[in-house]
Amino acid sequence: MEFFKIRRVIPFMRYALIFNVISLITFLAAVFFLATRGLNLSIEFTGGTLIEVNYTHAADVQNIRDALKHAGYESEVQTFGSSQDVLIRMPIKKGQSSSDLSQKISALLKTQDQTASVRRVEFVGPQVGSELAQYGALALIVTALGIVAYLALRFEWKFGLSAIIANLHDVVIILGFFSFFQWEFSLPVLAAVLAVLGYSVNESVVVFDRVRENFRKMRKASTPEVIDAAITGTISRTVITHGSTQAMVTTMLIFGGPALHYFALALTIGILFGIYSSVLVASPLLMWLRVTRAQFIKPKRERRDEHEGAVV
Amino acid sequence: MIAVAIVVAFVYALPNLYGESPAVQVSTTLATVNVDAALMSRVEADLRAANIPYTGAVLDSNGLRIRFADTDTQLKAKDLIEKAINEPSNPSYVVALNLLSSSPSWLTAMHALPMYLGLDLRGGVHFLLQVDMQAAITKRLDSVASDLRTTLRDKNVRHLGVMRQGDTLRVRFSDPAMRDRARDLIATTQPDLAATDRDEGSDYLLVCTLKPQALRRTQEYAIKQNITTLHNRINELGVAEPVIQQQGADRVVVELPGVQDTARAKEILGRTASLEIRMVDEDRMRPDILAAAAKGEVPFGDDYYVDRNGQPLLVKKQVVLTGDRLTDAQPGFDSQTNEPAVHLQLDGTGARVFQQVTRENVGKRMAILLIEKGKGEVVTAPVIRSEIAGGRVQISGHMSTVEANNIALLLRAGALAAPMEIVEERTVGPSLGRENIDQGFNSTRWGFAIIVVFMSIYYLVFGVISSISLAINLLFLVALLSLLQATLTLPGIAAVALALGMAIDANVLINERIREEIRGGATPQAAIHAGYERAWGTILDSNITTLIAGLALLIFGQGPVRGFAVVHCLGILTSMFSAVTVSRAMVNLSYGHRRRVAKLSIGNTAWK
Repeated sequence: MEFFKIRRVIPFMRYALIFNVISLITFLAAVFFLATRGLNLSIEFTGGTLIEVNYTHAADVQNIRDALKHAGYESEVQTFGSSQDVLIRMPIKKGQSSSDLSQKISALLKTQDQTASVRRVEFVGPQVGSELAQYGALALIVTALGIVAYLALRFEWKFGLSAIIANLHDVVIILGFFSFFQWEFSLPVLAAVLAVLGYSVNESVVVFDRVRENFRKMRKASTPEVIDAAITGTISRTVITHGSTQAMVTTMLIFGGPALHYFALALTIGILFGIYSSVLVASPLLMWLRVTRAQFIKPKRERRDEHEGAVV
Repeated sequence: MIAVAIVVAFVYALPNLYGESPAVQVSTTLATVNVDAALMSRVEADLRAANIPYTGAVLDSNGLRIRFADTDTQLKAKDLIEKAINEPSNPSYVVALNLLSSSPSWLTAMHALPMYLGLDLRGGVHFLLQVDMQAAITKRLDSVASDLRTTLRDKNVRHLGVMRQGDTLRVRFSDPAMRDRARDLIATTQPDLAATDRDEGSDYLLVCTLKPQALRRTQEYAIKQNITTLHNRINELGVAEPVIQQQGADRVVVELPGVQDTARAKEILGRTASLEIRMVDEDRMRPDILAAAAKGEVPFGDDYYVDRNGQPLLVKKQVVLTGDRLTDAQPGFDSQTNEPAVHLQLDGTGARVFQQVTRENVGKRMAILLIEKGKGEVVTAPVIRSEIAGGRVQISGHMSTVEANNIALLLRAGALAAPMEIVEERTVGPSLGRENIDQGFNSTRWGFAIIVVFMSIYYLVFGVISSISLAINLLFLVALLSLLQATLTLPGIAAVALALGMAIDANVLINERIREEIRGGATPQAAIHAGYERAWGTILDSNITTLIAGLALLIFGQGPVRGFAVVHCLGILTSMFSAVTVSRAMVNLSYGHRRRVAKLSIGNTAWK
């Protein structure tokens, strides 16, 4: 079986400008949403209390809301996964002892409905929250720098730069999605974003590797031709690999339950955009940065210089 | 070599297949009580007498563990054992429910243990506690201030008051000569203080601050003491495998697997214990009075205690000193006899009282008691040999270094050195944990199946080989996780799934490359060779970039992210090995022995 029977080289680079414009628009849209709506950060970053309560029958969310409001708690109540599970989020409030909050809420809900049972409690203090956010940002920066450094070492700085631009653009777009839909951005999602960063860079690396090889093999071809040939040569592998990874992530989306939902979602967006960006964003960038053959082929010295070596 | 690696991986992954069986664990925290073979046979006899069947009993350094067939018998047995070996008023053993791996003992003997499940998979409580360092420093400064007052008075240095203001101590003087004398005195008696002069109007001030290393020592001491205290308290909860660790400079992580009652856990963690020094009532320490006291007829004004060595004691109710006056307790050695000893440091007020009491009671015994929940325990009851001045107290005689360590620890551990606050809490119910495991494994299973089916159809024999090497990759990963006893969390399972999804990349690269080589006219053997050779560089590069991201996560990640990062990084490493080495070996096995291979079963390549 074969999906890709590509007989000639597809001239991707002819459309490079179009791809870059599309990227720029999506990127700007993502930045716009991030700037105007921000991220719906989970309590891990903002600090606060989260309580998951399970009922033996479908929960009456409105009732729970009223009960909490009546008791003087500021909270956000929603169903989680199924209609029997309810998630209660509470911000940090000054003067409210956080350590026994969960007990009080649990008791309150129990008086309202005997079947209520607390399945999970998470409490994060404000200081810890801001630290986690800082560490997250730091991890992102270190990853980006590390990748640029490695690619610069293995290839050339231009490769490193275009790969990281292409993939940071993925990261921003994932964040844009989370901002637009106001999906909850939690620690596992952050992990997914960073994993995607490493993963789609790996995609660019495969293409770059081929670019380098083609530069050596196709001595007569121009730079766009070399890049086109590299993308065409690897496209089948790109789609199959991503398909396999996506198959894994899709099963996670289906079977993983609510705990892994957003994690899998972030990966899905990351993988889809990863294919696009590493192939169709990183490579044109490489072209704009004017990669040339000379950077890869060590000029062979034909004759020894007369003036080299010892002179009497 | 590869076969050996696979066999080893299989053996170490094996324990995960056996599952766990309910068990009861008996351990102790008291130095004088032993969990030994005698206790084991006693418990076994009790279980037999009560007709409770058990499937095995193991005795090791962690205590005694008895396995049961199901949780019902486990619960019944726990109640029985608790009643049989512990006095309700003074429990000396910790009896806890636990889960033991059911893998055979030869596996356990070679340290092949199942993966360690995180709290989100097994249920339990996780706390992150922040130690209030400011309070620890304030407390230290207060005690230094009181020492300073005593020293200044003893040496007749007149001053207008010692005050603590923020993190500094201010001593006021009316004339500079006194200040000079005070400065010299501080330099010799208080090595932790740095003093500078300041003039304010007609007053001459000496502003003292704690030196940086003293500050650091105070903080280290505070967190160590709090951890010790937490250890002692958590033992009471009967948790089988508690985790209590320092995190960063001022935080402590407490993980209690299986604990559901967070309210009780919090109450116990936050409890304050106190230390009291009282005199032993020597006049009434006669055998007949002691015997009567043991039956409950305690003389008026006294309390009856049994010390850690089993000696009965009558201790006066009147308190000489409380633990607030104790600033430090360290194990050490007597400078003259070289016997193990415990060195106590009292603050100024404490020292004064202590001097007076010791002067009046030479030859008598004093008891040091730890009071918790209104219940006292005699830590030690030394004889006063002479008057003790200066607040430096040494308890020595008839103790081993281990005992000295324990006593110092207990004296310090009685109370928290500084208040702690819960800054993070996660509670996961056991049903949710079970669900998380199922969901995690389900998604991995289905994803794996889809990949295998697809690869086998698309690349035929090479696809099957890729699938097998993927399965071996999973085996390696599980074996490595079990071997390292890394904690497996839900994000960790997600990372396993993701690692498999990404690992196939290497095989796709290789297979595509081989197809391409064949299309280019290479012979099958040459195509295989070139495919593996050429793809290797790419695989290395792409995996290293992924690994960089993984390492950044590992370094900066905390909590759930760390669990993900560990598995992610390990997964990349195992996949690099299995995708290339293992699949190459299999290809060689199926094609290598033939001299001439007419066609490779890698799918249609003939369209060119």
